[in-house]
Amino acid sequence: MIKAILIFNNHGKPRLSKFYEHYTEDTEQQIIRETFHLVSKRDENVCNFLEGGMLIGGSDYKLIYRHYATLYFVFCVDSSESELGILDLIQVFVETLDKCFENVCELDLIFHVDKVHNILAEMVMGGMVLETNMNEIITQVDAQNKMEKSETFIFQSTRQDR
Amino acid sequence: MQGTDCMCLFITFLTGDKALDGYSKKKYICKLLFIFLLGHDIDFGHMEAVNLLSSNKYTEKQIGYLFISVLVNSNSDLIRLINNGIKNDLSSRNPTFMNLALHCIANVGSREMAEAFASEVPRILVAGDTVDSVKQSAALCLLRLNRTSPDLVPMGEWTARVVHLLNDQHLGVVTAATSLITTLALKSPDDFKTSVSLAIARLSRIVTSASIDLQDYTYYFVAAPWLSVKLLRLLQCYPPPEDAALRSRLTECLETILNKAQEPPKSKKVQHSNAKNAVLFEAIALIIHHDSEPTLLVRACNQLGQFLQHRETNLRYLALESMCTLASSEFSHEAVKTHMETVINALKTERDVSVRQRAVDLLYAMCDRSNAKQIVAEMLSYLETADYSIREEIVLKVAILAEKYAVDYTWYVDTILNLIRIAGDYVSEEVWYRVIQIVINRDDVQGYAAKTVFEALQAPACHENLVKVGGYILGEFGNLIAGDSRSSPLVQFNLLHSKFHLCSVPTRALLLSAYIKFINLFPEIKATIQDVLRSDSQLRNADVELQQRAVEYLRLSCIASTDILATVLEEMPPFPERESSILAKLKRKKGRGNLPDIDEARKNVNVNGNGNSEPSDKIEATNKVSSPSFTDLLNLNSTPSAGNTLLVDVFSDNSTFSATEVSEENFARFICKNNGVIYENQLLQIGLKSEYRQNLGRMYVFYGNKTSTQFLNFSTSVTSTDILRTQLNIHAKTVDPVIEGGAQVQQILNIECLSGFTDTPVLNVQFRYGGMMQNISLKLPVMLNKFFQPTEMSSQDFFQRWKQLGAPQQEVQKIFKSKHPMDAEVTKAKIIGFGVALLEGVDPNQENFVGAGVIHTKSIQVGCLLRLEPNVQAQMYRLTLRTSKDSVSQRLCDLLSEQF
Repeated sequence: MIKAILIFNNHGKPRLSKFYEHYTEDTEQQIIRETFHLVSKRDENVCNFLEGGMLIGGSDYKLIYRHYATLYFVFCVDSSESELGILDLIQVFVETLDKCFENVCELDLIFHVDKVHNILAEMVMGGMVLETNMNEIITQVDAQNKMEKSETFIFQSTRQDR
Repeated sequence: MQGTDCMCLFITFLTGDKALDGYSKKKYICKLLFIFLLGHDIDFGHMEAVNLLSSNKYTEKQIGYLFISVLVNSNSDLIRLINNGIKNDLSSRNPTFMNLALHCIANVGSREMAEAFASEVPRILVAGDTVDSVKQSAALCLLRLNRTSPDLVPMGEWTARVVHLLNDQHLGVVTAATSLITTLALKSPDDFKTSVSLAIARLSRIVTSASIDLQDYTYYFVAAPWLSVKLLRLLQCYPPPEDAALRSRLTECLETILNKAQEPPKSKKVQHSNAKNAVLFEAIALIIHHDSEPTLLVRACNQLGQFLQHRETNLRYLALESMCTLASSEFSHEAVKTHMETVINALKTERDVSVRQRAVDLLYAMCDRSNAKQIVAEMLSYLETADYSIREEIVLKVAILAEKYAVDYTWYVDTILNLIRIAGDYVSEEVWYRVIQIVINRDDVQGYAAKTVFEALQAPACHENLVKVGGYILGEFGNLIAGDSRSSPLVQFNLLHSKFHLCSVPTRALLLSAYIKFINLFPEIKATIQDVLRSDSQLRNADVELQQRAVEYLRLSCIASTDILATVLEEMPPFPERESSILAKLKRKKGRGNLPDIDEARKNVNVNGNGNSEPSDKIEATNKVSSPSFTDLLNLNSTPSAGNTLLVDVFSDNSTFSATEVSEENFARFICKNNGVIYENQLLQIGLKSEYRQNLGRMYVFYGNKTSTQFLNFSTSVTSTDILRTQLNIHAKTVDPVIEGGAQVQQILNIECLSGFTDTPVLNVQFRYGGMMQNISLKLPVMLNKFFQPTEMSSQDFFQRWKQLGAPQQEVQKIFKSKHPMDAEVTKAKIIGFGVALLEGVDPNQENFVGAGVIHTKSIQVGCLLRLEPNVQAQMYRLTLRTSKDSVSQRLCDLLSEQF
């Protein structure tokens, strides 16, 4: 099971956090900080797996991460997940973001928190992987966007009528 | 900036939602989410989100759900409103809305939600007309509910139909269903047996398909890697299939996967090899799990061997990890050993600490009698440069291997002394206790040990742990090397004493004990040692323990005859054979989950039939008991504190209530209950009725006059010790000074717990009966556990918290004989009466009881976990309590252990 999905930048500023188990707000922030310290001190070209920090449950959990330009994508998982599988999942996630935002960058994550959450929700649900097929994910996201647009349109037009 | 922004948002919300259009609402909620992400509390906007979620517009509904699943924790007051919205959406037949609702249930996963939807979700999952994407969500939603509240999701007719989802057209549905079935099958394997054949069939179709067949689910030229991994995981819940045809089909699949791994890559992209190898590693895991096909096992091992030198770090890491489990299979143990040089090389050259750690694990797993010396030597040499974070673990591993595979114990002693020399700071007490234990138990090594420590102590700077071992061993066996003039008694003593002043108090205490042992061993240096003991720095040492030892040892050496000395200071008797406490320590350190442990893994092999059995569970059980008692045996850390507190207790009791005897005969009965008669004599009966909420309590005290004449001047008071007064407020309402014959009056006590307390308030009752003043004092049953609020939690949460409270001072354990017949139901009632929630199905051992609760005091709240392990044969219990405050742990343990 995936316990948490964290995205933070090279300075440790969180850009997305999604916990699939309940923690208090303080603990969540501490976990983000701890994870950042664990991950950021690692060289490039070392392996993408390491044991989790104490707060998240120590060596029973693994941190699987990828570092893209300014952002770290970290998945915290238990032993029931395949490490390479999760690594691929991160790749799928990033590729999907890239398609949805056209050359995704850190700012997209800040200004479209809701969209990022929605895309993630299409992939991971309650800590389990829901969908790994990028086309399927993008179809869903597109359908949502369409619905959103049509509603905004109706809404704006009614307002103009008034 | 954020402050003002927050205020703006807050005001906008307060002024009502009519002014805002959908877009602005969305904008504000997104801002709130971002503020929350940065670590600021958001405690408003919840209601607004609930309204959005109930909207008919998709945009608003979506943002409402998003807010709820990110921000609302499981015990929010709004859950009922949210549930209402979810209910509407689930019955809406609009797939998008249904998906949103299912996502919300899965992400929040609270108990209330489970209660509300546990029957609805399975229905949606197996209904014929549900669309694929909803089925997918429903499967995972059900999985989540099953994880958080398994009791609420009973198996039913839907189980059979869930299994058939493995045949579904849509691979996404199959993937979700496989995850669900894997979890369910772990809990009740029999109900899902049929899934094995379906999973194998499905896997076979994926593996043998040309990659184009699966279109979208082909990931970088690998057919449905994620689903393959999931199916292979599911198969790992079961033994190899018995049906021959099925079995050969599975073997075929696994062979194909192994073959494909050898083929030249279809793409240079790392994603291609990742996906391919994800399946491969999972297939190897299944082969290892089945442990029945020697050819496959050896092939797997060779395949992993190639990865050991792969240029991808990730693959090296995973290969080392998989090999760890492979090493425990008897078929492949030898094959794994052939890679020893590579692994040792990895330990030396690998840049990444994660990989090096896996290499250490693997060396540990592949170690046996034939290669122990080499592996231990390599680990020792690695230790000199090892990362600080893993040194302690390596030390433990070296100590275990050295002991386990020691053929001659001189090698063992050398190894441990080396260990202390190289990484003294990381050598825990268990390690050096153990070496002493072994030296004492084995005559053949004692002389050698004495000689070796004597030599090691010659070094100008040696680690304190070495001084401890040296002091202990020379104190016991120094006579064995005293014949040599280079290590004559005086030389030995001077050598030890030269280290004395650099050591900490416990070590000095140990050295003092060694000195008195020297007086017995070598009467010729008695005078020298007495001089040392007599010096001011010993006799007037500021440390009580050292002073006491010096005084007592000096006296002992002066007044006791040689015979008495010889008896008192006799050589330590052999320790009873115990399994290593180091092993237990390593297990604690690694956590039980993914421990690459030799014993445990080999035990799995035993299940399959043969191999020597190593009762690792028993080891652990005995170890928990043994490590503290072992410390006692060495008798190094005995502090006089126990005596002190006793003394204080006596004084405090006397000073406060000297006049009358305080009755406490019924006190213990009220620890686990709140109502009943606490005191009765020929004249008066006192009954209690009490209720507690959080840190407040109210106690109704009923005074019943059993005679037919009046009680006059009736008065009561509650007294507390000075300390208790700062911890507990008790306010007693006044009572009528006259109680008629046969009548009963009631008095109300209001109680407030300010902080943790251990003392007990005393109720004093005075009245005049028949011209005589009567005085009665009794301990009021107000104890710390009364302020418990029970806490329900899942097994996972429980163990996670249990681990978090792992510091030694947070745990209190008591082993005691049962005073009453051991009835599980009675025990349960008592634990619930004690105030904690009794957690069923948390402890893997059904016989044990675990509970959790929070003590509410005005100043702090103290979370408390407890575990009670009965041993019916021995009529004993072991009670373990962990709380964040040591005094609380102790008090609760004292209170509860009286009850059984």
